[in-house]
Amino acid sequence: MILKAEKISKEFPRQMKNANRFTAVQETDFRLNPGELVIIMGRSGSGKSTLLNMFAGLLQPTAGKIFLDDKSLYDLEDQELSKLRNQHIGMIPQGQTALYSLTMLENICLPYTLYGEEPHEADACALLDRLEISHLRNAMPSELSGGELRRMAIARAMMKKPGILLADEPTSDLDDETTKIVFSFLKESAHNGTAVLIVTHENDAKNYADRSFRMNAGMLCQD
Amino acid sequence: MRLSKSLPFRNLAGKPIRTAILILLTALLSLTVFGGTLMITSLKTGLHSLEDRLGADIMVVPYEATTKANLENIVLQGNTGYFYMDTARLEKIQSREGIGQISAQFYLASANSGCCTIPVQIIGYDPDTDFTISPWIKKSYRNTLQKYDIVVGNDLNAFVGDTLKFYGVECHVAAKLDKTGTSFDTTVFTNADTIKALIQSSLDLHLNTFQNIDPDKVVSCVLINADEEHTPEEIVNDINLHVKKVKAIQTKEMISGVSDSLAGVSNVISILIIAVWLLGIMILLLAFTMSVNERKKEFAVLRVLGASRKKLAGIVMQEACITAFSGSTGGICIGLLIMIPFNNLIEEQLHLPFLLPDVSQLIVYIISAVILSVLTGMISASVSAFRISRIDTGLILRGDN
Ligand SMILES: Nc1ncnc2c1ncn2[C@@H]1O[C@H](COP(=O)(O)OP(=O)(O)O)[C@@H](O)[C@H]1O
Ligand SMILES: [Mg+2]
Repeated sequence: MILKAEKISKEFPRQMKNANRFTAVQETDFRLNPGELVIIMGRSGSGKSTLLNMFAGLLQPTAGKIFLDDKSLYDLEDQELSKLRNQHIGMIPQGQTALYSLTMLENICLPYTLYGEEPHEADACALLDRLEISHLRNAMPSELSGGELRRMAIARAMMKKPGILLADEPTSDLDDETTKIVFSFLKESAHNGTAVLIVTHENDAKNYADRSFRMNAGMLCQD
Repeated sequence: MRLSKSLPFRNLAGKPIRTAILILLTALLSLTVFGGTLMITSLKTGLHSLEDRLGADIMVVPYEATTKANLENIVLQGNTGYFYMDTARLEKIQSREGIGQISAQFYLASANSGCCTIPVQIIGYDPDTDFTISPWIKKSYRNTLQKYDIVVGNDLNAFVGDTLKFYGVECHVAAKLDKTGTSFDTTVFTNADTIKALIQSSLDLHLNTFQNIDPDKVVSCVLINADEEHTPEEIVNDINLHVKKVKAIQTKEMISGVSDSLAGVSNVISILIIAVWLLGIMILLLAFTMSVNERKKEFAVLRVLGASRKKLAGIVMQEACITAFSGSTGGICIGLLIMIPFNNLIEEQLHLPFLLPDVSQLIVYIISAVILSVLTGMISASVSAFRISRIDTGLILRGDN
């Protein structure tokens, strides 16, 4: 699938010196193609998460349009957009994102069960194996480490083999070894046709990237 | 693994203490509403049943019996006692104008000693003229009562076929009456012949407080219904004016004390229900708000995974529905467990007639209480559900870095 942004920008209301609005993302065009892995780097507060949330259909841009193939995300009804996100957009948000009343396996199967679908347990197990957390499948999130939870979130985002994968600092609390596992896994997904966009601080990430961008005070520039 | 269906369940199970508090709260709500309404209805049903049992507009008693407390004690409270007046009075009353139905009754209390099986109030009626007791007895016993046949009130520990002894006379239990929630539940009824024999026997044994009476020449009270041209009030005035040594009373007035207390008790209960209800709604509102706020991030994650706004609200509402339903059924069970076994005790404590509604009515109350409690839970949760459906996922997901 192709994710395409046309002249999108995002402003937040905020009391400033000379305006009452603050531009978190300056007007930009962007295109994410199947099979490629793109990274965005940049300082904290530069607008990377804001950009990613807009791509995920979670945050309406102040101006511009975002297309998933030829569907304009923000022209869809919430129910339609949600279903689309469920089917085609895998997202690994910043921070810890487990549902604490569910086991790891149940968390990973949520994209299916949320819509009353039967999860493919074999796929789930393969994912867990790949991320080296299959022994924890029945553990509750409160028993897991930050790195394990992060890998759970990655597995969950990949569960439905989405066309688009958006990852917001997916390795921020992982050790080098695990970071490598995650990046090669994401690279592999791209290889299999997924369009992968990663916000990251890892310098090594460039080694995996087909293209890399830098975010600077809301300006997105190609490296 | 139908998690989409059971996610609300899992959320609730994951927070057992919070869930228990929510359930307890709704249980309390439904208990007060259900228990309270059941109480009020039972009192009202009791009052109606009392009115039905009295069944006459006017009661005429010998003047000595009329210190009002006395009469009420015997007729309404179920204290045992008796009084007599000459049959001449009955004839006098009968000759007055405006009388539609008239029938005499005979009272006797059995003694608390060897001569009697149980100490109870015994009321005899005249089968030829009676219009208050026989229609009611007919519901439990089709045949006419023979001499020494008795009919026992529902609360008495005697059953059809038993033999009870009063003043040495053996009487045969022909029927047991339905519950009325009034003092009639502890009363024994006989026809006039039987009670006259019992009175005679009590005189013979020197156990009657009266000594020089002839059972054939006395009655205890006279019950009257006015004819169509006269009001009960006119007849009461007429009798009090023209018949000596008796007092005519409107039964409506007799039970006015009871209806007044009933109104008082009902008011207190109603206020209690409303207070608990308002408080409950407020606490539930707060509890749901807290429970949802605490999980804002989880809801944001569900949104990321493709849950629509409607679905998020649905999860909150389902959680509310589950807790409210289990809470309210719990509360109602507690209510039933209190009211059904202890209804006699409640009657005694309140000194008011108390009659539980019949099963079909009870089921209606149960269903209404469940619906009302679930609705309250849902309404309290709907605020949180609405707010969570407006959730700003982007803002929340940025939240912790
Ligand atoms: N919902 C919001 N309301 C107001 N300001 C916001 C909101 N979301 C982000 N911002 C601001 O936009 C800027 C970019 O934030 P973010 O995209 O989270 O940065 P990054 O992910 O690069 O660290 C920050 O200055 C932040 O304060
Ligand atoms: Mg960020």
